[in-house]
Amino acid sequence: MSGDDDLRSLASLHDEVRRSLYELVAASGGEVGRAEAAEAVGVSRTLAAFHLDKLVEAGLLESGFRAPERKGPGSGRPAKVYRRARAERVVSLPPRDYGILADLLAETLMELDGEERAERVAGRFGERLGRAAAGRPVEEVLRERGYEPYADGERVRLRNCPFHVAAEAHPLLVCSVNLALCRGLLTGLGEDPERAVLDPRPGECCVGLSKTNEN
Amino acid sequence: MHLAQLNVARLRYPIDRPEMADFVNNLETINGLAERDPGFVWRLKGSEEDPTALVEHDLGDFAVTYSIWTSREALWNYIYKSAHLAFLRRRREWFEHAGGGANAVLWWVPEGVIPSLAEGIARLEHLRAHGPGPLAFTYKDFHDAADLGDSWELPAAAPA
Repeated sequence: MSGDDDLRSLASLHDEVRRSLYELVAASGGEVGRAEAAEAVGVSRTLAAFHLDKLVEAGLLESGFRAPERKGPGSGRPAKVYRRARAERVVSLPPRDYGILADLLAETLMELDGEERAERVAGRFGERLGRAAAGRPVEEVLRERGYEPYADGERVRLRNCPFHVAAEAHPLLVCSVNLALCRGLLTGLGEDPERAVLDPRPGECCVGLSKTNEN
Repeated sequence: MHLAQLNVARLRYPIDRPEMADFVNNLETINGLAERDPGFVWRLKGSEEDPTALVEHDLGDFAVTYSIWTSREALWNYIYKSAHLAFLRRRREWFEHAGGGANAVLWWVPEGVIPSLAEGIARLEHLRAHGPGPLAFTYKDFHDAADLGDSWELPAAAPA
């Protein structure tokens, strides 16, 4: 575990402008240029560039170059763009390691062929979370839990999988449990659980929500 | 190098029984999804004409899937990050639990090489006998092509 690196990375977010820039790039789900970032956060392009490069140094963002739209002489250099780094940063004091425990329990469950049981439990968990948040929109509850919801046509998609590491190790179990958790959450909120559907795509959460109760 | 995958799953019912109908009827869609994937290279087909035909073999009542992909990520995204996932979640309706032994194996093949079914079975047996290594491995215990020693091939007289 690279505890020191993680701490240094996260400590670099203490600056509010820098944190806004990080959140902006993360929420974009893709690449953001310096000018665009500067405008969105309301700082000069030079200041935005400085902080964006600091975030790359800290390993929280990755940078690349986007070819200029016009070709030929006078079209300028390729624009520098930033996207969120995939690596996960965790700091816990005192030290905690829930990842190993999750992995171990998931493996045990798979050996016991206990997926369906896990889905039922996840449904109950979700319902409890939903009841505790009664009256609030599901998107807000999901955002708070780290799913990073965003509108995509008739769907609400979830940009981030809060269980990413476990899902990489046990994709079938974790995706099924996650779907059941989201359905339970909708039930607890008094909504149609069938709004949550399996809609996996690379790099995102495997669950999506239909926008209305009509499927 | 390309990534080869072989999977064997024991059928719960004879393939022509109504319990298996959803599995058989979805084969064309699911195989089509694989074949249209930019990371797809090849798969062993039961028949060129009948999209629902299973791969023929002499292993008994098993369904065999055998394919080659351009990368670890390409195969992963097809298995777990596409409409294939919903199909995979229903596997217990159609297939027996794997039990203790491995029922899926991955290995690296040079681009352009299409291994035989016997080669695939040998890789699965190698995995079962020796555990995961550069010549036969799993997603849970993955080995990069860079881990391969002098040869990507199994030793000629590999002790089982």
